[in-house]
Amino acid sequence: MKISLNKKILDKNEECALQNSEFFADNDIVCLNVISSPGSGKTTILSQTIRDLTGEIKIAVIEGDIRTDTDAQKIRATGACAVQIETKGSCHLSAQQVTGALTTIPAADMDIIFIENVGNLVCPSDFALGENLRVVVLSVPEGDDKPIKYPGTFAKADVILINKMDLIDYIDFSLERVIADIKVVNDKAEIFQLSATTSVGMESWYNWLRSKINN
Amino acid sequence: MHETIVAQSVFESILELTNEHDALAIEATISCGQFNPINDEVLNFAFDIIAKGTPCEGMKLNIKHIPLSACCKQCGKRFDYDVYKPGCPDCNSMEFDFKKDAPLLLEDIELEPIESN
Repeated sequence: MKISLNKKILDKNEECALQNSEFFADNDIVCLNVISSPGSGKTTILSQTIRDLTGEIKIAVIEGDIRTDTDAQKIRATGACAVQIETKGSCHLSAQQVTGALTTIPAADMDIIFIENVGNLVCPSDFALGENLRVVVLSVPEGDDKPIKYPGTFAKADVILINKMDLIDYIDFSLERVIADIKVVNDKAEIFQLSATTSVGMESWYNWLRSKINN
Repeated sequence: MHETIVAQSVFESILELTNEHDALAIEATISCGQFNPINDEVLNFAFDIIAKGTPCEGMKLNIKHIPLSACCKQCGKRFDYDVYKPGCPDCNSMEFDFKKDAPLLLEDIELEPIESN
């Protein structure tokens, strides 16, 4: 007896993700899932973004790490609300974990909720969290071959932040190659070159965020 | 791609049907795209462990890797994009329009009803 299903295999995660996205839509929240390798500067970018947009945009952060609440503490030091999910082994966040985290912060009052995913350039891209937009961060010291090595992740990005541009003179990193390799799999993503520590390039990223809130 | 999570999800879907139809599972077809593909060997390995001692034990998993259609923006060539050898096969350009990559699906299941005495 043959039964035809055509059922999405990660359907449980997809159902939760849909619930999350409905929550964001009902409350006019722009949610961004931030994905990158460990150490690319996600937390530093988010911390600086919050500091520079304080008083203008209400931001909360859901942090994901295997262990420790170090990153949530860093976000809270900016004055913003943050909740830490410790996955205790899982290498990516799930939509269900995000649903739970949203109940622990005043999420409905926010303009933007960032979800800083577990540092990993592979697995997070397979698991929708209900976000509106996907941010991929690539930092200069990681090398210019990441887009071609991890096409699945870069293909699904809405915006790509090339961070640590203050180090570009010291590292063998071809911006031309990175941008060309990104465009092979994704010709729609915005690409911003910035440095969260020196603030170079951050205003363009902020203007992009502002445009997403206004839409 | 998380083959163990995929294996668990596929197993649960199939087990539900074997219980519903009082049957054993014989084979199932899974399909995936190119950018986040399944590793066949790892999925089969994980599934075999999960299925042991259940109506899914010994069943066959057919894994289809659905090609990703691309159209070269330079010469207009339509072809199946090779993630491991990117580039237009005719003009070597690296600029393409892609169709949507195939999702991860459990397409169909074949069951064999258990004969009752």
